[in-house]
Amino acid sequence: MRQLCNGAAMICVAALFPMLLVSAPPVDDAVRTKAVQLLKVIQKVEAEGRGNVAAAGAWRELAQLDPHALPVILAAIDEEQLITANWIRSAVDAIAERAIRSGAGLPQTELEKFLKDTSHAPRARRLAFEWLLQVNPHAEDRLIPTMLHDPSVEFRRDAVARLIAAGQKEEKAGKDRHPNAVALYKEALTGARNEDQVKQIVERLGIYGETVDLPTHFGFLMRWKLIGPFDNTEKSGFDRVYPPEEAIDLQAEYKGKSSTVRWIDYVSEDNYGMVDINKGLVEEKGVAAYAFHEFTSDIAQDVELRVGGKNAFKLWVNGALVYNRDEYHHGTKLDHYRAKARLKEGKNAILLKVCQNELVASWTKVWRFQIRVCDAAGTAILSTTREVPAPNPADSETDKKSATANAKGGA
Amino acid sequence: MAKRTLTITLLLTLTAPTLTLAADWLQFRGPQSAGVAAEEKLPTQWDAERNLAWKTVLPGRGLSSPIVVGDNIVVTASSGARQERLHVVCFNGDSGEKRWERQFWATGLTFCHPKTCVAAPTPVSDGERIFAFYSSNDLICLDLQGNLLWLRGLTHDYPNSSNSVGMTSSPLIIGDTVIVQVENESNSFASGLDTATGSNRWKIPRPAKANWSSPVALTDPESGETIAVLQSPHYLTAHNPHTGEELWRYDAKCSSAPSTVVAANRLYVPSKGLTALELPTQSKEPAILWQRQRVKFTYPSPIVYGDSVYTLHKSILTCSDITQGEVRWKARLKGPFSGTPVIADGFLYAFNEDGLGQVVDLTREGRVIAENMLGERFLCTPAVAGGGLYVRSDGHLWKIAQE
Repeated sequence: MRQLCNGAAMICVAALFPMLLVSAPPVDDAVRTKAVQLLKVIQKVEAEGRGNVAAAGAWRELAQLDPHALPVILAAIDEEQLITANWIRSAVDAIAERAIRSGAGLPQTELEKFLKDTSHAPRARRLAFEWLLQVNPHAEDRLIPTMLHDPSVEFRRDAVARLIAAGQKEEKAGKDRHPNAVALYKEALTGARNEDQVKQIVERLGIYGETVDLPTHFGFLMRWKLIGPFDNTEKSGFDRVYPPEEAIDLQAEYKGKSSTVRWIDYVSEDNYGMVDINKGLVEEKGVAAYAFHEFTSDIAQDVELRVGGKNAFKLWVNGALVYNRDEYHHGTKLDHYRAKARLKEGKNAILLKVCQNELVASWTKVWRFQIRVCDAAGTAILSTTREVPAPNPADSETDKKSATANAKGGA
Repeated sequence: MAKRTLTITLLLTLTAPTLTLAADWLQFRGPQSAGVAAEEKLPTQWDAERNLAWKTVLPGRGLSSPIVVGDNIVVTASSGARQERLHVVCFNGDSGEKRWERQFWATGLTFCHPKTCVAAPTPVSDGERIFAFYSSNDLICLDLQGNLLWLRGLTHDYPNSSNSVGMTSSPLIIGDTVIVQVENESNSFASGLDTATGSNRWKIPRPAKANWSSPVALTDPESGETIAVLQSPHYLTAHNPHTGEELWRYDAKCSSAPSTVVAANRLYVPSKGLTALELPTQSKEPAILWQRQRVKFTYPSPIVYGDSVYTLHKSILTCSDITQGEVRWKARLKGPFSGTPVIADGFLYAFNEDGLGQVVDLTREGRVIAENMLGERFLCTPAVAGGGLYVRSDGHLWKIAQE
């Protein structure tokens, strides 16, 4: 039987063609002009496939360009325009794949210069990096350790993984090296944005008595005003406008599903900012509740509000609907939904409607949510008036229940 | 190899523009979505030393089946910390060498139940183009050389058209329309897209209920036209593939995971157990031929072969008569199974989730004649073409073929 490792095969190709390891001259003006012209056609693709036909023609020409055009093409990748970004990235792949196969080589110097320029889209920089590695695998050892605080989550992830591995190596080397391990883990935490890596670091630090303020690390909103329950019989409450959607008056009382309801204070004690509405208000089915948080921003800025939860929800920032999701009990995880919003300087109103359906199975009783505010890389953005309760042990009961339920996928 | 290439070239020349070869396996469950390659001769035993033509590395996870287009083996995969990278990879069927790979970024939600992943739907081909579909509802059209022809982000176009457990429905091609079912509890729809441009020919609402089954094609006995059948938890409907117009409806609850199979103007629907439907003629509703409520399904779809219909529930393989639905025999295999088995030359090939390939002799009341362990988790439905049996795990793709 033939066993093939196609990734390794690509590297072998590089070894056979020494010219692949030689940097090439920069793209000439004619090629640059052509690339820009073709990219403009691709960037006109709109929703529902409008512009696909013209884009396909442009793509075919673009994919035939010299590999020296790669930095120009990569620079057109826009993180906010994923549809056109996919058109462009597949042209990059086609050019690079052909260039390596033919022995023409890739412009290493230009690719490295591109990936180091953090003004480019993180995805584009990562793409340049991955093609660079195809012709120069050793570049990874040189570049990744410098990327712990990179805007690209993928670069960060690799840098964090190296520090965790280094910490583990120190731990295994003996007790006298444990302080080194702790220092490495702490350094790793400063760059870690993925939940799995953060949990891994927190676990190791916990062994040495080090605690981590997870709510602050992630930027979870912990203090809320809750009101409800309102009626959500037959899921009718999702689109029904109740008074909190019209105006926030924290002193007001309203007619709820079966009684008068008023705002109450709720402080999450969960390390992952989970707000359990069953505990905060009442355990009931066929209902909806609102949660309000006032977030103070020191500047006007673009942020992401990342929501986790298994219930249907609507999310408003300063009265503008930024996300809605009409689905119940199909699983969740951290950062499940990512809503983009613009915060103004000063006080910002974050309002969430969370709906509960009428299913009776035990795993449909869950009525909770978590929200964090962060930048595109997942770095926490904290309210200037933030007050955080003392963190719980990392493996709190809530975490365990959450992890078990997530693993089962239903609850 | 040279002879095969020449043969393919001649066939392509003679049959253009219909370029598909008889032996191709172009979609989920192969020709007619039947899961049958009756004429294929496959080995019954394989291991590292025997009948494994090649094994190659895949760039990511996947439940999707390989498809076979000429000597191209096309596989999809997904990778990344959040399954946000989508791969389409084309291998040389003879050698297993990678011909090309294209990557894309998911534009829709990528969260799935841990058992499944974003590369769950099986790609489909019309013999000239590949249509790769993902749980993120990204639909990508490439030619056989890996050139991008068009792409769509259906969740990007239609927000909330996703399911947090993951989507698995595989696309279907009828004529010049590629049909997708994007059924979920929020923004649920089915759509027919122009295979040449990716633009919508039609888009119709579907029940707001999670659904993982795949559409199938059948030939209308009256018109001779090929029509699309969409199965949903609330009903099963037939549609004009070009306009989306509903032609008839079977108004009963259907399973949401195993898919319908069509054979000789009849549909075998995972509904109320297993239901056999006679296609409608004058009426607007198909007639129920028989219904066997005791037939159960997990994930694998039914298979019709000869005068029997085979169903697999947990570890029990059941053979029933297709005219009455009476059980002929049952055999215990080693489960559990996620993928649908395939049948070739009287043998049923069933791969369980542990990577155990079990070969069942259908002429001997389900006797398991061979067990072949490949040792990785298999959740896909195999593909069969040109004497090769293709299976994939999250890490590898194998070709099993007689030496």
